[in-house]
Amino acid sequence: MAPRTFLVHGLLAGLIAGFAAFLVAYVVAEPHVNAAIALEEAGPAEDGHPHDAATAGQPHSHGEEAEVSRDTQSTWGLATGTVLLGAVLGGATALAAAFAVGRLGRLSARASTAIVVGVGFVATALVPFLKYPATPPAVGSGDTIRERTALYFGFWALSLVAAIGAVLLARRLLPRLGAYGAVLAGAAAYLVVVVIAGAALPTVNEAGDFPADTLWNFRRSSIVTMAAMWVVLGFALTGLVGRDADRAAERLRRRELAATL
Amino acid sequence: MSQATTAAPAAVPTIPVREIAPWALFFALLTAVVLFFVGAEQGAFSVFEGTAVHEFVHDARHVLGYPCH
Repeated sequence: MAPRTFLVHGLLAGLIAGFAAFLVAYVVAEPHVNAAIALEEAGPAEDGHPHDAATAGQPHSHGEEAEVSRDTQSTWGLATGTVLLGAVLGGATALAAAFAVGRLGRLSARASTAIVVGVGFVATALVPFLKYPATPPAVGSGDTIRERTALYFGFWALSLVAAIGAVLLARRLLPRLGAYGAVLAGAAAYLVVVVIAGAALPTVNEAGDFPADTLWNFRRSSIVTMAAMWVVLGFALTGLVGRDADRAAERLRRRELAATL
Repeated sequence: MSQATTAAPAAVPTIPVREIAPWALFFALLTAVVLFFVGAEQGAFSVFEGTAVHEFVHDARHVLGYPCH
């Protein structure tokens, strides 16, 4: 087992996960994106909404006059986004698994990898979503995009750092508390950090009178898409890393056997 | 002695941190760049002028939970 094999397997698992997320998003989320865009264009608000200073004055449009057509946005554009994100998530998760394998108590390579993926989903998708949920087109003012972007990525980074810290804490407490106590302490420490940060950071609510059912359907489809990405990544990566670990163990066994002869 | 080695479950080998660190650092930088282009370019910040990148990854950005506009 080498960092290179982890990275290659992570990229492969990530590409599969990204494509799976595209399929789920296309089927589950696109209808709600389209419903939101229809509301945006039918709305009484000014045609399009200005972005920040850099793009101000250029109306953001989804109609025929848009630079990228809706058909392209919902197919190639969507797939590019999910596959790129899947590839980097897969590679990063696999390298995190390379650190974790053999270092989480006596857990097998498969179990360690699965835990890394699970922690990754909770820390970088689920918890940020609970504080700053996805917003459909037409929700969100162009005037606050800088602030909302900073808050989202700030909370995302804090959650990731807190999760890594929680795993390291649990590892350190393992000899004293045992597995149950160590995992409980790590999870509690993570929760304390993200709950305090979540309560302290400002809440974003720009939904206005946007229809509640469309908002709920969009947000549900968003978290379903992210969950699909991570679940597929988890199974693909755990399978690949596990197979690699089995082969490494087999090589080691043969070498030891040869040494005894 | 031989009983001890056969009874104990084989420890999972670890990769030294020194070996993973350069891969992890390089990939973390690459991840930051990709996250920026998928999640934020031509929204809150712009490296390239216009809205083409923003519009191309528009749906992915919304669905994957990034603030889009």
